[in-house]
Amino acid sequence: MEHGSFTDESKSTFSMADEDHTLANSIRYTLNQDPRVTFCGYSIPHPSDNRVNIRVQTTGDPAREVLKDACQNLMAVCQHVRNTLDKAVLDHKLTKPVGDINIK
Amino acid sequence: MSGEDKNLHSMSESDSEQEDVGKEGIEWIMNLPDVPMKLPPHVELQRTRVECKADAPIHTDTIQYSGAYASLGIDNSLRLDSFRKNFKIEVIDLKEDDMEFDMIGIDPSLANAFRRILIAEVPTMAIEKVLVANNTSIVQDEVLAHRLGLIPIRVDPRLFEYSDKDTPNEKNTIVFRLHVRCERGKPRLTATSEALTWLPNGSEFPLVSDKSVSNSKPKTYTSFSCSQDTLPEFANNPIGPKDGDIILARLSSGQEIELEAHAVKGMGKTHAKWSPVATAWYRMLPEVVLLEEIEDELAEELKNKCPVNVFDIEDIANGKKRATVARPRACTLCRECIRGEAWEKRVSLRRVKDHFIFKIESTGALPPEVLFTEAVKILEDKCERLIAELS
Repeated sequence: MEHGSFTDESKSTFSMADEDHTLANSIRYTLNQDPRVTFCGYSIPHPSDNRVNIRVQTTGDPAREVLKDACQNLMAVCQHVRNTLDKAVLDHKLTKPVGDINIK
Repeated sequence: MSGEDKNLHSMSESDSEQEDVGKEGIEWIMNLPDVPMKLPPHVELQRTRVECKADAPIHTDTIQYSGAYASLGIDNSLRLDSFRKNFKIEVIDLKEDDMEFDMIGIDPSLANAFRRILIAEVPTMAIEKVLVANNTSIVQDEVLAHRLGLIPIRVDPRLFEYSDKDTPNEKNTIVFRLHVRCERGKPRLTATSEALTWLPNGSEFPLVSDKSVSNSKPKTYTSFSCSQDTLPEFANNPIGPKDGDIILARLSSGQEIELEAHAVKGMGKTHAKWSPVATAWYRMLPEVVLLEEIEDELAEELKNKCPVNVFDIEDIANGKKRATVARPRACTLCRECIRGEAWEKRVSLRRVKDHFIFKIESTGALPPEVLFTEAVKILEDKCERLIAELS
C-alpha cells in the first residue's frame, strides 16, 4: 500500500503488511545505496502489528519505481550469495572429503 | 554454472542498461588521473573497521548512504558488478549438523536478514497436536505434549504443505504413535523419542463423533488418500525423530502412555519448535594490530595478558624477542591487552565491518548449507512479493 501524493511522485511512504526488520532493513540498505534516493528510512508503528512503513524520497524519479529497482537489486545480490555459497560448499567438499566421511 | 550466470545477467538488466549507456563516460571519468578513487586512509579505516577502545568501541556504524563521501568526490553507491567482484564465501567447517563459514564483502543488514530468516522463517515439521488415549505417568498431558513438540523430526519440510483447517491429509501431516508401558513389578522404564513410530497411513484413532455404518472403515482423525511410505521420497527414507535418545518420560511400574502425535509444517516465529536451527549467529572478524614493535619483557607481558593466547613471541637477531599476532581469530575482544594507557598506544583492537564469521547449527531436518540457501531464497521471495504488490 502506498501513501503518496498525486502531484509529486518522488516522495512516498509504503506500508507493508506481514513484514518486519528483516525485509525493511535490507531494503533500506539497498535504497540508500541508490544515488537517486535522497532519504530513506523505515519504522514499525506498533510492535504488535505486523507492519512496516518505508519512507522513500528521491531526486525526482517516482519513488515506486526506485523501490522496485531496490528490490530487483536485492534479489540479484541474493542470487549471487546463493551461487557463491553453493560453489564454496562444493569446493570444500571436494578438498576435504575426509571430514565428511568421519561424520558417521 | 554458465546457465546460472546468464540468469544473473538477465536479472540485472536494468543495471547493465544504465552501465551500457554511461559505460564510456564512466570509465573515461574513472580513468582520469585526478579523480580520487580511494578515501584517505584514516577515513577508510573508520569506514571499514570498528575500533575497540578500552572504554567503548568507536566507528560502529556502517556508512550506507550513497552520497556519504560526495564532498570528497567519491561515490559510495552499491554497484552490482563491484559487489560480485568483492563478495566471497569461505567454508571453514562443514559437518552433518554444523557449519561455519566466512562471508566477506556484505553489509550487516543483509547478513542479519539471513540470520533472522534462518531462526524465524525457514519452515520445518514439528509435532503440533497430541491425542492422548492414556497417560498414567506423572508427566502431565500438556507437559508431555510440549516435550513432544520440541523433538526435531528428520524430514524435508519442502515436501509438505502448510495445514489448513480441513481434515489433515498425507500432504500436510505426519502421524506418530507412542505406546509405552512399564509392566507391574518391573524396574523404572525410560521412554525416549525412539519409541515414536511413524504411521504412514495416518491416524489409527477412530473419530469419537463418527456415526457412520459399522461395516465401512471407521473415520479417523486424518484422511490420507494414500500411504506416505509409498511416496518415492519416503519409500527408502522413513520419517522419524532425528535423535532417538531424547527422554520423554520415566514410567514406574504399572504406568502407561498411549498417544498419537500429529506433526505439521510451521515457522519459528510461531513457536521455537519449528525453528530449523539450534542457533544461527555471526561475529565480525577480529583484527589485532601492533602499533609499534613490542620487544623483550613487554612482549612477554603482552603474551601473558591475553587469556585466549592471541600473541606469540618470535626471536629476532641479537637474542631479542618480539611479539607477533599469531591467532587474531581467537580474539574475544576482552580488551585485557589494552588495559592501561600505555598499552592502548601499542595495540589496536578492531573488527572488520564486512567480514562475518557465520555459524549455523541445524537441528537436523535439513543440512546447514541447505538451510542457508533456503533462507536466501525466502528473502528473494519477500522482494518478489513486494515487487508484485507495487506493480
